[in-house]
Amino acid sequence: MKTKLFLTLGLVVIVAVLLTVYLTSGVNVEILNPKGIIAEQQRDLIVLTVFLGLFVVIPVYIMTIFIIFRYHEGNKKAKYSPNFSDSLLAETIWWGIPIIIIVFLSIVTVVSTFKLDPHKPIVGDKDPLQVQVVSLDWKWLFIYPEESVASVNYAVIPEGRPVDFALTSDTVMNSFWVPQLAGQIYNMPGMITHLNISADKGSYNGSSANISGEGFAGMKFVIQATDQNDYKSWIKKAQASDNQLSQSAYDELYKPSKNNSVEQYSNVRDHLFNDVVNKYMMPDMSKNHSSEGDK
Amino acid sequence: MDSIKHFIFGDFNLVDAIPKEMVTLGGAIGITLGLLSILGLVTYFKKWGYLWKNWFTTIDHKKIGVMYIIVAVVMLLRGFADVIMMRLQQATSVGSSQGLFTADTFQQVFSAHGTIMIFFVAMGLMFGLINIVVPLQIGARDVAFPAVNAISFWLFAAGMVLINTSMLLGEFSAAGWLAYPPLSGIEFSPGVGVDYWIWALQVAGIGTTLSGVNFLVTIMKMRAPGMKLMKMPIFTWSVLITMVMVISVFPILTGTLGMLSLDRLMGMHFFTAGGGGNMMMYVNLIWAWGHPEVYILVLPAFGALSDIVATYSRKKLFGYPSMVWALAAIAFFSMIVWLHHFFTMGAGSEVNAFFGITTMIIAIPTGVKIFNWLFTMARGRVRFDSPMVWFIGFVFLFTVGGMTGVMLAVPALDYQVHNSLFLVAHFHNTIIAGVVFGLFAGVTYWFPKVFGFTLHEGLGKAAAWLWFIGFAFAFGPLYVLGLMGATRRLDHYAESTGWQPLFLVAGFGAALIGVGIVCQLLQVVISIKNRKKNLDKTGDPWNGRTLEWAVPSPAPFYNFPAIPNVTSRDAFWQAKQTKTPLWRDSDIVDIHMPKNTSIGVVIAGLAFVVGFAIVWHIVWLAVVGLVAIIVSVIVRATNDDTSYTITREELLAMEKEHKQRYTA
Repeated sequence: MKTKLFLTLGLVVIVAVLLTVYLTSGVNVEILNPKGIIAEQQRDLIVLTVFLGLFVVIPVYIMTIFIIFRYHEGNKKAKYSPNFSDSLLAETIWWGIPIIIIVFLSIVTVVSTFKLDPHKPIVGDKDPLQVQVVSLDWKWLFIYPEESVASVNYAVIPEGRPVDFALTSDTVMNSFWVPQLAGQIYNMPGMITHLNISADKGSYNGSSANISGEGFAGMKFVIQATDQNDYKSWIKKAQASDNQLSQSAYDELYKPSKNNSVEQYSNVRDHLFNDVVNKYMMPDMSKNHSSEGDK
Repeated sequence: MDSIKHFIFGDFNLVDAIPKEMVTLGGAIGITLGLLSILGLVTYFKKWGYLWKNWFTTIDHKKIGVMYIIVAVVMLLRGFADVIMMRLQQATSVGSSQGLFTADTFQQVFSAHGTIMIFFVAMGLMFGLINIVVPLQIGARDVAFPAVNAISFWLFAAGMVLINTSMLLGEFSAAGWLAYPPLSGIEFSPGVGVDYWIWALQVAGIGTTLSGVNFLVTIMKMRAPGMKLMKMPIFTWSVLITMVMVISVFPILTGTLGMLSLDRLMGMHFFTAGGGGNMMMYVNLIWAWGHPEVYILVLPAFGALSDIVATYSRKKLFGYPSMVWALAAIAFFSMIVWLHHFFTMGAGSEVNAFFGITTMIIAIPTGVKIFNWLFTMARGRVRFDSPMVWFIGFVFLFTVGGMTGVMLAVPALDYQVHNSLFLVAHFHNTIIAGVVFGLFAGVTYWFPKVFGFTLHEGLGKAAAWLWFIGFAFAFGPLYVLGLMGATRRLDHYAESTGWQPLFLVAGFGAALIGVGIVCQLLQVVISIKNRKKNLDKTGDPWNGRTLEWAVPSPAPFYNFPAIPNVTSRDAFWQAKQTKTPLWRDSDIVDIHMPKNTSIGVVIAGLAFVVGFAIVWHIVWLAVVGLVAIIVSVIVRATNDDTSYTITREELLAMEKEHKQRYTA
């Protein structure tokens, strides 16, 4: 038992060491390498909870190893009291300490949940940029309502300026996730959810985190955070594009397709985003969703 | 002509139903050949009569338990085949390489893995152990409703057959193990896969609800005299609490699946996005069942470990009242945490914070249980047989699962790791290290009570160590992958992510677990071969503490010749210490035992037919099947000739025979 336990724990430690070496060898551990104020605080929460958890786990490990060594049947020197089965002191300690830890963690939870509410606009000296995000089969449409431009699987945002992503879906449920900027929020048809972020300069991978059918693995996008000038020139370029997001262009985009390349649109049809949401509110208006019964 | 054909066969068409994908077709052919050869062998050895008389129509709770475990083990191999496919795909499908399977096949594979492992492996192992152990532990001769118990098992088996039929005729659902709409709606999943999924779970789920009622009544009403609630063995306590949960939440599953099915079949709009339906309602309902479900699985495993640790430490369980209250607290809180599965759905901070805190609270009683187990070992004389090796693996790994669980309970943190491989690693950390390790320990521990000989120790230990080490390699990397931004269920990813080496390590870990499974299979084969050497001649191979060890091994079909008198918690231990028998020959009187019945096989067979008919829209067949089920129930309910008498003399003769079997 003892040798095998040490062998096993040794192997487990080797796994841990190898993983650590691997992690420090230039791969991007996105969640631990945040590039925006939301993801930074989420990273801090991970670190804090890991330490709190280890505060219980490590004593348990030490106790377990100690007890195995001391009380295995071969050790006749150890005390044997077959009826030793309660101790108020011991029970108080291990009901008490976890309760204290959980009370502390509950406070952390309440504070962080309100503070990092994805719906809550980030307070800064600049107004949040409004970007609307529609998940489609199997791509992401980003609409900039104020600038009347749109793009597929790619979005440029100004660094340091808060961004309010309004999320919906014109297909099944998806989940909008850019690990280096903030945690994910679901996109759902007929509903609007929000994700507020702020990004440092850089290029960040995003994906859908919720299974949405055959093209799910290819639903990747990039968020590019640039300085104000680059952002402006990207918008200008989009506005000059011949590719207009009319209703017919949207209907074309709506058709299922996989691994879409990046596209840009100008002249986004008015109220496109709201119409996508409202389409699921009134069954008569939804041309795609009224015929489930008659196959 | 076509309309007649459609009336008779519904949407079923053999040519279309046979799988087209090579992998699935290969699997389908493999299963068919395997089944045919088993049927052939049974016919060749003329064993049909034996099987029908002794197993298919049995109402003996121990045999039903054995059948549950056999189904679970077969399904474990099926679910593990899915693991191999997933690991191969994710190790190879990088960058320009497309891997071995199409996205659709891959999605069917992980949906099958989750569904089969939870519903047909974990549930099967759990109900198998419950069936074998509970009546023996409480000093009863059978469960409260033996025929219903047979029906429960056969419905479970029918669900298993139905879900596997989907691989031969049709397709598996590709919507994940919980099939969220709208993806699982008819618009996005027009095939039969989701229907098979729904009806397999409906059939098995109704069996589970019936079992819940059955064991609740059994434990409440059939305990031996003197066994007050606070004198019950902890395994029985854990089952009692689990059954309360089963009765509370399985009807939610039945209702939810029913509504999803109405959406699909009748064009209704409970959960579709248009027409006033709301998918968020489905997500709430399925987790209002789904979260308690994972505690339904783990509590009996906790119970089994409690009995095992006390027995192998040769010591009373530490903090028994604390253990009972911890079980009750876990059960209570498990029913008010379901929203933590979707913090990311956009609920307000108040709601998210509430459910985050209720979730963390569960860590307190769970932690208490671990400390109590460790203190049960302290000042004991601990023997590290294979059940204890599983337990040590459990302690080391389950605590990590608990820690990551508390992390996930913080909503703002959950946004980051939800739906990622971090989450996948977490729940395997609790379900494999908690449920599976606990139940395997239980199977090893109680095996001799059913079969009369113990399992091969060396291979059992090797299996436990391999699972332990394999787990670290298989799931350690998944935590890291999650932090690197890898979502679950990816059939393909870019080379630039740098994920491939970790997926390879995870595959290596899965292979180690596979070797562990091979050891377990070998263990059973070798133990059967060498059974003469490992006979349990005393009925009490581990120096046990509870009533099941007071009867010979294998336990006689009537369990106890006379109902034992219980005065204390570890009744059998007490009896051994004070050298007072639990019953005397003079207590033995004539007893009634239930007769075997084919009702379980009949109802389950019909339920399979109904499920199959609904999947393929064969209306007449579904109606006929349903009517036949109702008629069968009425026929059975009006049958008064369901038991027979064993006289005192017969009992005494059988008892004498048991005693002489090994003393001669």
